[in-house]
Amino acid sequence: MSMLHLILNGRPVDIDVPESRYLSEVLRNDLGLTGTKIGCNEAECGICTVLVNGTPIESCVFPAFKAQGATVETIESLSQDGELHPLQQAFLDHGAVQCGICTPGVIMTAKALLDEKGASLTDDEISVALKDTYCRCTGYQSVIRAIRQAAGQNVAPLLPNIQPAGDSIGRPHPNPQSRAKIMGRARYTDDYRFPGMLYARTKRAGVPHARIRSINTAAARNLPGVRAVLTHEDVPGHNRHGLVIDDWPVLCDDKVRYAGDAVAIVAADSDEVAAAALERIRVEYDELPVVSDAIAATKPDAPLVHEGRDNGNLLRHIKVDKGDIEAGFAAADAIVDQTYRTPATEHLFLEPECSIAVPGGYNPEDFGGTLDRNAARGETATHDKTTIYVGSQIPYQDRGQTAAALGVEPDAVRVVATLTGGGFGGKEDITGQIHTALLAEKTQRPVKMLYSRQESLLVHPKRHATVIRIRTGAKSDGTLTAVEATLYGDAGAYASLSEKVLTRATTHAAGPYDVPNVKVDCFAIYTNNAPSGAFRGFGVTQSCFAVESNMDMLAEKLGLDAAEIRRVNALDIGRATSTGQVLRESAGLNECIDMVDVGMRGKDFHWTWEEGNSRFAWGLAVAYKNTGLGGGAPDRAGAEVEVWRDGNDSIRAEVRTSSAEMGQGLPAVLAACVAEELGIPMDNVDVLLGDTDYCPDGGPTTASRQTFVSGNAARLAARKAAKKLANASSAQSVRARYDYDAPQTRALGTGGDMHFAFSFCAQAALVEIDMDTGEVHVRKVIAAHDVGRTINPLTLQGQIEGGIVMCIGYTLTEHYIQEQGKPWTDVMARYKMPSITHTPAITSHIVEHPTSGGPYGAKGVGELPSIPTSAAICNAIYRATGVRVRSLPVDQDELLRAIRTGADEIELAWGDLEPIPTIALGCER
Amino acid sequence: MANASPNRWDRYYTPATVAEAIELLQQYDGQARVVGGGTDLLVETRRGLHRPAQAMVDVTNIGGLDTITSDDGHIVMGCGVTHSQIVTNALIIERGSCLAESCSVIGGPQVRNVGTLAGNVAHALPAGDGTIGLLALGGEIEVAGEGGSHWMPLQESFKGPGKSFIDRHRQILTRLRFTPTAEREGSAHHRVMRPQGLCLPIISMGVRVKLDDDDTISAVRISMGPVGPVPYLAETAMDVLVGGPATPEQFRQAAEVALNSVSLRASKYRASHEYREQMVRTFLPMILNRAVERAQGTGL
Ligand SMILES: Cc1cc2nc3c(=O)[nH]c(=O)nc-3n(C[C@H](O)[C@H](O)[C@H](O)COP(=O)(O)OP(=O)(O)OC[C@H]3O[C@@H](n4cnc5c(N)ncnc54)[C@H](O)[C@@H]3O)c2cc1C
Ligand code: FES
Ligand code: FES
Repeated sequence: MSMLHLILNGRPVDIDVPESRYLSEVLRNDLGLTGTKIGCNEAECGICTVLVNGTPIESCVFPAFKAQGATVETIESLSQDGELHPLQQAFLDHGAVQCGICTPGVIMTAKALLDEKGASLTDDEISVALKDTYCRCTGYQSVIRAIRQAAGQNVAPLLPNIQPAGDSIGRPHPNPQSRAKIMGRARYTDDYRFPGMLYARTKRAGVPHARIRSINTAAARNLPGVRAVLTHEDVPGHNRHGLVIDDWPVLCDDKVRYAGDAVAIVAADSDEVAAAALERIRVEYDELPVVSDAIAATKPDAPLVHEGRDNGNLLRHIKVDKGDIEAGFAAADAIVDQTYRTPATEHLFLEPECSIAVPGGYNPEDFGGTLDRNAARGETATHDKTTIYVGSQIPYQDRGQTAAALGVEPDAVRVVATLTGGGFGGKEDITGQIHTALLAEKTQRPVKMLYSRQESLLVHPKRHATVIRIRTGAKSDGTLTAVEATLYGDAGAYASLSEKVLTRATTHAAGPYDVPNVKVDCFAIYTNNAPSGAFRGFGVTQSCFAVESNMDMLAEKLGLDAAEIRRVNALDIGRATSTGQVLRESAGLNECIDMVDVGMRGKDFHWTWEEGNSRFAWGLAVAYKNTGLGGGAPDRAGAEVEVWRDGNDSIRAEVRTSSAEMGQGLPAVLAACVAEELGIPMDNVDVLLGDTDYCPDGGPTTASRQTFVSGNAARLAARKAAKKLANASSAQSVRARYDYDAPQTRALGTGGDMHFAFSFCAQAALVEIDMDTGEVHVRKVIAAHDVGRTINPLTLQGQIEGGIVMCIGYTLTEHYIQEQGKPWTDVMARYKMPSITHTPAITSHIVEHPTSGGPYGAKGVGELPSIPTSAAICNAIYRATGVRVRSLPVDQDELLRAIRTGADEIELAWGDLEPIPTIALGCER
Repeated sequence: MANASPNRWDRYYTPATVAEAIELLQQYDGQARVVGGGTDLLVETRRGLHRPAQAMVDVTNIGGLDTITSDDGHIVMGCGVTHSQIVTNALIIERGSCLAESCSVIGGPQVRNVGTLAGNVAHALPAGDGTIGLLALGGEIEVAGEGGSHWMPLQESFKGPGKSFIDRHRQILTRLRFTPTAEREGSAHHRVMRPQGLCLPIISMGVRVKLDDDDTISAVRISMGPVGPVPYLAETAMDVLVGGPATPEQFRQAAEVALNSVSLRASKYRASHEYREQMVRTFLPMILNRAVERAQGTGL
């Protein structure tokens, strides 16, 4: 230990700490300044940025003693006496805060820039300064606007041009939690520190496929400071979990099926000791042959990932069958038949997974902490049952799965949803929830398990890699006559949400078009790769790329305009989806196409042109996405609203639901619905999310469903409460609960309505290709989204900008690469999501075709913006270069080769080593 | 507790003089490691890629070695000088353009604010950007150790990929220097990257050109990486250019000769052989041209 002296946020600080500390650790752990966040510990993400002597540095790789005697500024220093710093105010005004995990780092980086450049700063300077400070949520446009406003430039928040539908509905409002986030006061799971808390780590398989011969934990157990080492033998209840099929071991028993499998868990007095203990666990394996490719896994002699199943590695065969496919193609004047490949991708939410479990009977006083008898949760509260703090997308399912593993009833477990630093589908499955609960009950102490970025990359489910063959037929006027497709989806080692995700890929595989004859076969296949699961877009991202690439090829063949061929076929009221669902309302696709088309075609419009060594071109694509679970699944959300009069006789309310906020803006939506019903200002509404003991089940935060279902539940609970309040005496608070059931849907293959609503969109991308290097830049995106009704234009804009940029990453930069079941992408430095330098100018139009069941007519929008951008970009690339991209992400090396050799397509993406395999269509079998 | 934390160090020293730093290194007898900004070393250390060191000797706080000075016909940079200092230094921007350009593409601002040119050189990657820039300028480095200190040409320090003749447990790269470009001289750097994972350049190239009064090239240096185990000086291409006119045809010729003298390799997930070749063909002439324009006083 040595004395470290800092001038921290204006005050001298002297602290005795080991010289081996990094600055981030001293700030967060030793000084409790948890405003500074950790995303990678690799100097990659930039969210740990603080200022040392006024200069931004990444505190995660900055030794604390390198800062000896220096001035250090963190996010906590920015607001003085309750007065927000102009940057903080601007981030609120512009909705530049979503999940908020990046916000402290982004703001501190921006502060240094602002201090240096003042009012004159330019977009270019912002881009240079923030190049390596990442944000996964916002897409950066709102960040840029906010920084310029803070510099004193006259920049208004960019909002869609809509007529507000109410006093709260349709009005911009920052998310209620944003204020804490910009001040560095928001607490994510890793920011909690319970008295007596232990630190846990997981022993990972490291090998993709092996039978476990023995597990020896004796040496680990004997290490001083180790409190518990558990293996499968110590799981009292069901040693499997899974959202659809319970095939995922809590701790592996007979075999391991992917490199990230959990074999043993350790809780110790410190994280260092826990890490050292892992090294001492000896596991003997008999390695098995590895199957790492979905198509190879269907061969009769392929190694079996799960033994004893009738269908071998086939997890599920999903089918859509409509009309007469042969007749459809016979009637076509032109047919395009093409095979595409899409990569596995990583959510890269900037907050790695973290869970804390507190054992039943916990009293902080027992460990020298203080007790607050009024505290309902947190470090000062008593806990009467096993309680898990986690930034989860599905609190109630976490509860159920944990209870099953503990061998107790669900209500013997409580899940408290902490703030989530990004999810995007990647925080639906169990990670550390069960493990910490087991360890907490074993040791009778709170236990924290924080994944490192590298562990996060290894363990949680990815976006499905797919191979998609699609055959599209049309008449000479563009009318589609038939679509036939085969999809192979790599489900990885465990089922997770594969069946649901690939069902969506299948049902959306004819695009948002009225196609009379459709046949789609989709195969979800187990392999020894990382499991695949939910990821914003939920399978539709993949099939849309194929569908919309084919549409442009068809248009070219028929000599039709790209917008025209889409208009001819666009779903509309009275037209039917590929599953035979006839739309009766809320289908604004044509209007979306028109708005984008007009926006793109200014005067002197050209589809493509040259400037210097660059070619520019526009590309167009459209998409639709269901709102809600659909397919016959009961889709329910509960909400509770409590209403009272405060001292000044104004009405206040709190709305409670266990739906999850990941930064998408749900609290503001719920508050708006309640405020609207009660006729009170939104600021009078508090939102409590995700405490399974206090909040009704909101169901999973997935499928763009929460605005619709939880929004409705909140609205209807508020309406009930308002009635009660009218009859109550003025001193009383009243409470009402509403369990909202979304309209009944029908299972795939049974006909009728598979979904209760669809959202639609069109996007045009302007792309620049550097003809010397093959580099691709997206310069502009014009988008139009039919969202039914705008609840909060500010968070809506954020969802759209963020979704578009996320899909730019999918198209140009992202690929989670696995080699024979082992991730090559084992550090963040090997996975690049879009940085501020990738963000295009975005013009977003909103179309409002209300859906009668939605709250005020709203339907979901969380996923839609991130779906068609890839096809729009690749259609533009084709127009500029004559090269059709068949595999993502676009590889500049391959693209340049094709341009130079005159090849008309590329089938190797970055990270691909093999050409796209040939797959058969259903009718050929 | 010796080495309580894996992949860490027990002591972190920030000596104020070179003598003090050398003494520490001697005292630890190979168990201490020299660290600059730590943007390479500590990231790798965190990943467990280095044997644990008992002590880190941080050389960025040494008095007089954290500045850029002009001295005896040289521009001299101490080992504490960061990339950010270099890219904002007016003298280097004008008279060592290719160094300013090469340091400006390193990382993001946070990395440039702490990463040093000395660390870039001592790390000895085949295509460290600052290194490629300095190599084109004909840079020299001063290495201090037990037996005193001496200047040596930059290229003599490279042993292999990531391997330096500087013993980073016992010696310190204390200063770096180059002769600034004079009248009728110019320099330029260019790098090609890919936007996907792996922050290593596909190709990084620097040139320094000197012109006669009649615009023939009287001297030239061309550096490239990664084209082999160490940063490469393309001498055969330099020979082609010297004494000839500064024309596009000559530049194209130089690129071909450079390509003939090296074996560009395909590296998985980074670049194909053909792509690397193509980038040399496109950008070596381009930066030669830019350097010539600077020498003529017409370029930016
Ligand atoms: C996100 C990120 C992006 C990056 N991008 C690039 C890039 O684009 N191009 C590029 O070239 N590099 C890049 N780097 C690598 C790195 O930042 C640079 O190489 C930097 O110049 C290293 O300097 P440093 O002072 O941080 O070196 P350190 O990490 O401190 O040291 C590097 C090595 O040199 C030794 N060493 C350091 N200083 C001395 C000295 N004075 N005497 C003797 N030995 C010494 C150390 O022992 C170590 O072996 C990147 C790094 C990160 C984290
Ligand atoms: S850069 Fe420090 S946590 Fe990512
Ligand atoms: S708000 Fe930036 S990462 Fe979520």
